[in-house]
Amino acid sequence: MNHLESKFGQYGGMYVPELLIPALDQLEQAFIDAQNDPEFQKEFMELLTDYAGRPTAMTLTRNLVSNPTVKLYLKREDLLHGGAHKTNQVLGQALLTKRMGKTEVIAETGAGQHGVATALACALLGLKARIYMGAKDVERQEPNVFRMRLMGAEVIPVSAGSGTLKDAVNEAMRDWSATYDKAHYLLGTAAGPHPFPTIVREFHRMIGEETRAQIMAKEGRLPDAVVACVGGGSNAIGMFADFIDEPSVKLIGVEPAGKGLHTTEHGAAIGKGTKGILHGAYSYIMQDEDGQIEESYSVSAGLDYPAVGPQHAHLHDIGRATYAAVTDDEALYAFQLLSRKEGIIPALESSHALAHALNMADEAEDGSIIVVNLSGRGDKDLAHVHSILGGQTNE
Amino acid sequence: MSNQQDRYAEMFTRLDAKNEGAFVPFVMLGDPDIKTSLDILKALAEGGADALELGIPYSDPIADGPTIQQASIRALSHHIHPSDCLEVIRQFRDIYPDTPIGLLLYSNLVIKPGLDKFYTDAANVGVDSILIADVPLREADRFIDAANQTGIKQILIAPPNASDETLAEIGKKSQGYTYLLGRAGVTGAETAATIPASELIAKLTQYKVAPPLLGFGISKPEQVKEAISAGAAGAISGSATVNIIAQNLSQPKVMLTKLREFVSVMKQATKK
Repeated sequence: MNHLESKFGQYGGMYVPELLIPALDQLEQAFIDAQNDPEFQKEFMELLTDYAGRPTAMTLTRNLVSNPTVKLYLKREDLLHGGAHKTNQVLGQALLTKRMGKTEVIAETGAGQHGVATALACALLGLKARIYMGAKDVERQEPNVFRMRLMGAEVIPVSAGSGTLKDAVNEAMRDWSATYDKAHYLLGTAAGPHPFPTIVREFHRMIGEETRAQIMAKEGRLPDAVVACVGGGSNAIGMFADFIDEPSVKLIGVEPAGKGLHTTEHGAAIGKGTKGILHGAYSYIMQDEDGQIEESYSVSAGLDYPAVGPQHAHLHDIGRATYAAVTDDEALYAFQLLSRKEGIIPALESSHALAHALNMADEAEDGSIIVVNLSGRGDKDLAHVHSILGGQTNE
Repeated sequence: MSNQQDRYAEMFTRLDAKNEGAFVPFVMLGDPDIKTSLDILKALAEGGADALELGIPYSDPIADGPTIQQASIRALSHHIHPSDCLEVIRQFRDIYPDTPIGLLLYSNLVIKPGLDKFYTDAANVGVDSILIADVPLREADRFIDAANQTGIKQILIAPPNASDETLAEIGKKSQGYTYLLGRAGVTGAETAATIPASELIAKLTQYKVAPPLLGFGISKPEQVKEAISAGAAGAISGSATVNIIAQNLSQPKVMLTKLREFVSVMKQATKK
C-alpha cells in the first residue's frame, strides 16, 4: 500500500503493469526517507547552489508593460545550468537513484531538454544514462542529441508510433519493466504514475519558494498572479506549489493552442481534452471516441504532449488554478518581444506563459504584480524560430 | 445480461479428466483486418486451442514488445474500433459456444466508454474474462466490481517479483485463471520465459489463487510441457502466434494452415 497519497482528487493513481509496482513502491519509500534525511537534503541543496546556480534571479521587466503601475516579473529559470528548470528535479532523482543503489538511468525526452538535464546529472554523479527520443525529434533537435552524447548518454531513437515524446515514454516504460532491478526511470515531468507527480513537484518546489521570498523582499507582499506554461506541467507545479494555500495569488497555467483550439493541431489537454489514462495516470488527455490517444501538436516540442499532470487536472476541477491557451503565433510574437525589449531570448515553451502574462498585464488593475516563470532559455529554439520567421522579425 | 456459464471451470474440469493442461493462444482482434480475424479465431479453435486470449488494438501498448505493437498498428491502420472487435467475438461465439474467451487490453479503452458499458457489451457478446494490462491489484477494485456485476471474471497477474502480500491478495480476488508472468519485461518471443520455481507454484497453491496459466515468452512446445510439469495449469502464447500472422500477410490460406499446425503442436505438449 502507498504511504503517500497516490491521487489528487480523482486524478493520478498507478495505472501500470503489476510488474512495475514493486519498483514504484521502492521509489516512494526512497523519496520519503530522503525527504527526512538531512544528509540527502544537504547534498541536494549544495548541488542546486554550487552546481546548478540557485537561487535564480527575479527580474522586473522594464519595457514590456505599458501601464507604469503594473509590475511584470520574470522568475529566471532560464539562467539555471542546463538552460531550463529541468535541472532541479533531475538532480533530485539522480540522487535518489544512487540512494536506491541503482547504477543506470532511463529517461525520455521530447525537445531534448530533459534528456540534456538527465545526461548532465548522470555525468556528474557517475550514472549510466540511456535516453529514449522519438526518431522525428532526434532529427529536429540535433544539437541537443549531440549535447547528450557529449556528456556520455546513450540516445536511442524511437520510431514506433508517431516517433515523438509519447512514444519515447512508452519505450522508456517498456525498458524499465525489464530492468528495474538496476535502473531508475527518471521521468521528466509532473505526470506518469504515482509517486512521480509528487516527487517532481517537491523537487521543483523551490521555484515558488524563492519567488515568494524574492517578491516579499522587493514588494513586501505576495504577487497577484503567477503564470507558467503547461505541457506535462513540471515548471508550473514547481511555481504553484508554495502558493496553493494563498488564495490571494492567482495560479495561471498556459497550454499550447498550437494552430488554434478550433483545429486538431494543439496540445491543450485541459482546455480541449477529456478524462482518461495515459502513461500510468488518470487525468485530462487527448483521445478519440474509442479512447485511442491522439497526437498533440505545438511549435514548442516541450509542450507537445497529449496529457497533463494529474495535480493540474485537480487544481482545474476545484477552481484553484486557471488554464488558458496560447497559439504558436502568439508565443512566437512574445519570443521576439522579450528578445527585443528586454534582451532575454526565452524558450518557446516559456514564451507561451509570457504571451498570456502580457495580455493579463494590459488588463490588470493599477498596482498589480504578476510573476511569469521563465522556465527556460531560447538557445535551443534559435534554428527552429529562424526557419519559421525566415529572417523576418516583428517589431 | 450476465454470463451464467462458467466456461473456465468447465474447461479445467474437462482437461483434468483427460490429464491435460490448457493451451491458450493470443491474437489481436482486427489483425490484419476484421474478416481475416474471424477466420483466424476459427483456425485457432480448429487447431485445438482450449481457450482464446484476445487483444483489442490500442495506440499506446506499454506492456507489449514489437510483435504485438505491430499487430495493433496493423489493425488500427484499418480503423478498427473496439465495437468491431466485439462483433468478431459474437460471430465466433455463435459457432463455439463453450470455448472460454478472454480479453486482454489497456485501461483507457475501458475507461472511455465507461466501465459499466464496456463490461456489459463484452458480456453480451460472450466474453468470459477481462485482463487489463495496466491495472495492477491496487487499482483493480472498481474493475472487479464491474466484472462481478456482469458475470465476467477479472483476470489478475502474478508477476515473478510478487510479494507474499500481493499473492495473498490475488488469492482472495482472482477468478477464472491467474496470468502467471514467465519473466519481467514486455511481451515477445525474443526472450524466453523462465519456468517458475516449484516454490512459486507452491505459494500460488497455498494462497488458493485461480489456476495459473504461464505467459510471456512462450513459443515452443517444450516450454508448454515444462510449464505444466512445474505445476502450471497451462500456457499462453501470444507473440509466437502473432508472428505467424505477421509472416504470412500476403497468403491468408497458408497463414490459417500454419496457425492450425502451431496450435496443434503446442496443444499436443499439454498432455501429461
